[in-house]
Amino acid sequence: MDVQTLTFIFVGVTFAVYIGIAIWSRAGSTDECYVAGGGVSPLANGMATAADWMSAASFISMAGIISFVGRDGSVYLMGWTGGYVLLALLLAPYLRKFGKYTIPDFVGDRYYSNVARFVAVVCAIFVSFTYVAGQMRGVGIVFSRFLEVEITTGVLIGMTIVFFYAVLGGMKGITYTQVAQYCVLIFAFMVPAIFISILMTGNPVPQLGFGSVLADGSGTYLLDKLDNLSAELGFGAYTAGKKSTIDVFFITAALMIGTAGLPHVIVRFFTVPKVRDARLSAGYALVFIAILYTTAPAVASFARVNLIQTVNNAQYAETPQWFKNWEDTNLIAWVDKNKDGKIQYVAGKAFAGKPEFTAGRGESGERLLFNEVNGNGNELYIDRDIMVLANPEIAGLPAWVIALVAAGGLAAALSTAAGLLLVISASISHDLMKKIFLPTITDKQELMFARFSAALAISIAGYFGVYPPGFVAQVVAFAFGLAASSFFPVILMGIFSKRMNKEGAISGMITGLVFTAGYIIYFKFVNPSANKPENWWFGISPEGIGTLGMVFNFIVATTVSRLSPEPPKEVQALVDNIRIPQGAGSAYHHHQRKISG
Amino acid sequence: MSDRRVLNAEAYWTENIRTVLLLLSIWFVVSYGMGILFADELDNFRFFGFRLGFWMAQQGSIFTFVILIFVYVYRMNRLDHKYGVDEDRDDFVADEDYYHLEETDDSSPDDNRGEKK
Repeated sequence: MDVQTLTFIFVGVTFAVYIGIAIWSRAGSTDECYVAGGGVSPLANGMATAADWMSAASFISMAGIISFVGRDGSVYLMGWTGGYVLLALLLAPYLRKFGKYTIPDFVGDRYYSNVARFVAVVCAIFVSFTYVAGQMRGVGIVFSRFLEVEITTGVLIGMTIVFFYAVLGGMKGITYTQVAQYCVLIFAFMVPAIFISILMTGNPVPQLGFGSVLADGSGTYLLDKLDNLSAELGFGAYTAGKKSTIDVFFITAALMIGTAGLPHVIVRFFTVPKVRDARLSAGYALVFIAILYTTAPAVASFARVNLIQTVNNAQYAETPQWFKNWEDTNLIAWVDKNKDGKIQYVAGKAFAGKPEFTAGRGESGERLLFNEVNGNGNELYIDRDIMVLANPEIAGLPAWVIALVAAGGLAAALSTAAGLLLVISASISHDLMKKIFLPTITDKQELMFARFSAALAISIAGYFGVYPPGFVAQVVAFAFGLAASSFFPVILMGIFSKRMNKEGAISGMITGLVFTAGYIIYFKFVNPSANKPENWWFGISPEGIGTLGMVFNFIVATTVSRLSPEPPKEVQALVDNIRIPQGAGSAYHHHQRKISG
Repeated sequence: MSDRRVLNAEAYWTENIRTVLLLLSIWFVVSYGMGILFADELDNFRFFGFRLGFWMAQQGSIFTFVILIFVYVYRMNRLDHKYGVDEDRDDFVADEDYYHLEETDDSSPDDNRGEKK
């Protein structure tokens, strides 16, 4: 069977499983819809959290980015895992004890203020939309390349599936679907990684193969070989960093702290029965995440060696089929600058911008471009996002492995999209409608609002998937920067400082938000040409500025709270209460208890 | 709230903070220390086929993070037990009754806790 038939089968079977699970676990109440009735086991919740967290970016893009930037890719590896330590030690157990549905719930109650709640809702919606647009894009890429359907059709199919289980199943449906999706995505990521590791180093464990000698009998270590290859072609040693130490430090911190503050991740810890389950579940989640995150850098280095060896100085006419397939998907382009019919792949950009193809073909049969060619020796453009998807083809693995990777990429994108849509729908129906604008609605009406807003959110996300706004890549820095500079400090201080009051929290949140957003908007939108290390404050890039925003948030919040009255007695009692695990009960029952006046 | 309970809760919280600070300092040393600030120095050492700083940044720190969370879980469970603030009491109640009990608890949430010690 060919790759396309197999892909249809794999994707079809996994989709049928997701829908089956959704029907089996329909949500009947707001409680089941928002937090799965609070009855998910720590292990299942750990798996669901891992699938929720590992998006199209982790599955499809991350290894590709590391493959191209080498050492500097560490910021993603450490940043997107280290945040779980903060989450487990500083937030998850206490938020579970607090026991409500959403982050704005906590912010609104702890700071006895609907203004604080409103700021938190706006941030939660913004962060989640930023993220969800990227997921739908990932769905589109997989469909268009492997199933050869239009991106629009692909996005529509993806939307229908997510709609089905997110809107019907709520958190309960999503949780169990995510468990299935985790299994699909980790299997799909590991199988090719193990194959390639064996091919290249003879070691079946990619994490070990990464540090082994090559299987070609040369006796050189894989990474030494890669350092040499990269240096020869002018890319600089793979294991040496190019970013400044301070920038790496701040970006890693912003990603870690942002991860701990992302609403769709935090909400997962509301679904377990007990405080100690919340702690344990964070541990399981990180184990499941670490399996992929420690494999990704290995995959990145294998892919890099393979790619360089396959394409550099190869005759275009003799390149393997995958090269032409990706060229047809607009993600690879080649310009024969020196007219020798061979691909020269060295450092530098072959041409300005993304490839824009003409209808014509060149002498070797390559697709011609409108783009203005740069003066350097590099002739090849490769989109970083294709590395994981193309890797099995580059290594010449069997067709079913390639089909499996397509199904895995879809699982990663859909599971994250569903989790985010739930946050958006809960923010609108619960935090905005029930808590701020229409406090008198019944449970049933609220559930209806939840489903309606989920449907609306899916449609908007789908629109972004079909017509991707050019700013998606830029706004990812936003999502983490804003989560780091607003949510994380406000929740942390809410738990660890009894003295923190509403004046402090609101002014801190606004300082963090305005500073971080201002810095990012200036360098990404207002004056992009100035986005260079010499213009950055202390050499901190917009990606890492959230860390500084967080520091300002802490300073302003602490100062303002000292100058204004301490929080009411019942709020201080609430803080005492969340610090002790005993009596956590289910999230639902605490929902009944009114603590703020 | 009785004085003994307040003291108990304060002692629990102090030990909790100490545990968290200890674990977070390890977290900081392995990631920011060994993976970023002193990575170049560590790169002079080899660890199998890796440069050590590179390995810490791309592999070692992640393994350490996993271990840290499980150590935290273990230590906090012991701490909860030591101060009698764990959720074990809930385990003795059958599931359906458990929710019922919680509801009645809500009216006077703090009453049962002091007797545990």
